[in-house]
Amino acid sequence: MDNIAGSKSSLTWVVHISVVLLVALWLFPTIGLLVSSFRTSDQIASSGWWKAMFPSEQNQTFRATDPDDDGAQSRDGELFVIEGNVFEGSPAGEISVWGTSSREISAYQAGKTADLGDGEMLTVQVNGDFRLTATTEMSGRGQRIFTTAVSPPDFTTQNYKDVLFTEGSGGGMAKAFFNTLTVTIPATIIPILIAAFAAYALAWMDFPGRALLVAAVVALLVVPLQLALIPLLKFHNDIGIGKGYLGAWMAHTGFGLPLAIYLLRNYMVGLPRDIIENARVDGASDFQIFVKIILPLSFPALASFAIFQFLWTWNDLLVALVFLIDSSGETTVMTKQIVELLGTRGGNWEILATAAFISISVPLLVFFMMQKYLVRGLLAGSVK
Amino acid sequence: MHPALQGLLTIFIGVGGCVGYFYFSNQFLDKVLFPASGPNIGRNINRANIIRPWLFLAPAILALGLYLAYPVVATFWLSVTDRDQGGAFVGFANYAQMLSEPKFIEALRNNMLWLIIVPAASTGFGLLAAQLTDRIKWGAIAKSLIFMPMAISFVGAGVIWKLVYETRPVDVEQIGILNAVYLGLGGAEPQTWLTIPLWNSIFLMIVLIWIQTGFAMVILSAALRGIPEETIEAAIVDGANPFQVFFKIKVPQIAGTIVVVWTTITIVVLKVFDIVFAMTNGQWETQVLANYMYDKMFRAGDWGVGSAAAMVIMLLVTPILVWNVYNARKEMR
Repeated sequence: MDNIAGSKSSLTWVVHISVVLLVALWLFPTIGLLVSSFRTSDQIASSGWWKAMFPSEQNQTFRATDPDDDGAQSRDGELFVIEGNVFEGSPAGEISVWGTSSREISAYQAGKTADLGDGEMLTVQVNGDFRLTATTEMSGRGQRIFTTAVSPPDFTTQNYKDVLFTEGSGGGMAKAFFNTLTVTIPATIIPILIAAFAAYALAWMDFPGRALLVAAVVALLVVPLQLALIPLLKFHNDIGIGKGYLGAWMAHTGFGLPLAIYLLRNYMVGLPRDIIENARVDGASDFQIFVKIILPLSFPALASFAIFQFLWTWNDLLVALVFLIDSSGETTVMTKQIVELLGTRGGNWEILATAAFISISVPLLVFFMMQKYLVRGLLAGSVK
Repeated sequence: MHPALQGLLTIFIGVGGCVGYFYFSNQFLDKVLFPASGPNIGRNINRANIIRPWLFLAPAILALGLYLAYPVVATFWLSVTDRDQGGAFVGFANYAQMLSEPKFIEALRNNMLWLIIVPAASTGFGLLAAQLTDRIKWGAIAKSLIFMPMAISFVGAGVIWKLVYETRPVDVEQIGILNAVYLGLGGAEPQTWLTIPLWNSIFLMIVLIWIQTGFAMVILSAALRGIPEETIEAAIVDGANPFQVFFKIKVPQIAGTIVVVWTTITIVVLKVFDIVFAMTNGQWETQVLANYMYDKMFRAGDWGVGSAAAMVIMLLVTPILVWNVYNARKEMR
């Protein structure tokens, strides 16, 4: 519209800024999760993820070896000495300031020597080395040292290794990932085929009751699947398949069909009549027309539905809870795994963030690769 | 058998079975039952063509009937029977019991709030985003980023937002951005957002609004682009300012689409389960109908009351169902 009203004014800037804000607002939460999944639990607990890009300050408390322990003190001429490193072998950055009491944790600069009274002197270096000296033999508990260390931005992929491959609580996402895939692929492919034939019949074949069937499909589009849970679980138990992959595949197929038929029918109705009539005149049967003409031409609609169904089955929790996951938990899917982690390890953000990101990475990939078809499908069938 | 193998086998049997069914049933119809040859060729072809649609439709009708239509009836029947009495008919006792439960009233109240706030906010933000992004060069990228949460599962979104709402003790640095901002703006002490009644429901709704705005934006943006340019030009020539153009010229022309978006999101809201299940599980007065139903059915094992709750959801969906069918029939004519 800019071209119409000559005034490419300040309003344009307002628009740009508003969109930037809107996008930032929408993107921020997801980025938080992504960044957190690459941080250690200490980092996550000590500072917000938005600070991960900058050097971070960490406060630590360290207690030197008790002077009474064997071999803790060594002699250096007249002096009794305790030496060590406050990082204990795992350097967490460079110490800027330190102190000896919890009220004054930043009393001394790194490298400076503090007089602790009674002839005791303490020096803490930038790299964490400390040296405590005394003129008489020391006793009692080990000296406490409070340090403030500045560590550079640091990211790790250890969380992904832990969550994917370590068995036990928090681990084993690899198995859940695999189970999710096992549910998703058949549950995406099978309804497409069934729906395509039905959609063709509803679009291009004449028979009594066709309008009624189309209306029924539209009605079933919005029937909440909550209603189906108990009756179908009973049905699955009665025919002996119980809880398991087969039941989940069948349930997803049933629940996905209305949208599939609706989308595909709407698309097929729009295909040019000439092509189909010509083929009929040339003696092609309905089956041949369907397989050789309609199916290839309907590819965009098929792709749209495939993406919907894939996202829906991949992200599903309810169907998996009711129809798939039995008491053994062998067939657990990622969504269920994450809910469990939320319950048992709600504070372990490194595990949660990583597990969640693993589960949403595949849909995001599909989303960005196939967005065109997704949008097309939405526009064609915005009823569900 | 290994699940992967089982999966492959299922794809093979499922796909092969479907293709085989359609192919052979058609062959059988054309070659054996009503062969297109012999003395009755004309009559046979007609008869075959009468039956064929039902061959094409049979698997779909069977699946739809079994997985969606039958459960509606079965659930209604469950809702008027008692599992503990061996499925004896108890009339509306389950409904009466449900209505006397405070948790149900709470769920109903929250669902009403969800029904008002989420569709309105999603549609509003969607309309805003659609209108703004249509006017700038990098609008396509902006759109795709706002649309992105659509691909994220409700559970994943739950984790994402739980991190946003995370609370740490007063003397520790906050790692949830909401608390960090709240303290930064002068808040006294960190809040545990998800435990403050009513507000926590709003915080859960934000998750769904975040997901659904992209959907609203995509549909509304297409509708906005479909508006005839002349109407807008005429309004500008007559001296309308951008806001008047938007509210008085554009919005009325896409009113139909707005209604479709609104009702579609309404249906999503009515079924909302995962977000509440994952984030609060209905604690701190955040219960909603779908989660209440799940609680009753699978935790308490009370099929009667659970089914009654499911029927309430069905009842709430019904007006939209009727409206959709009405529109679809109008279009077909």
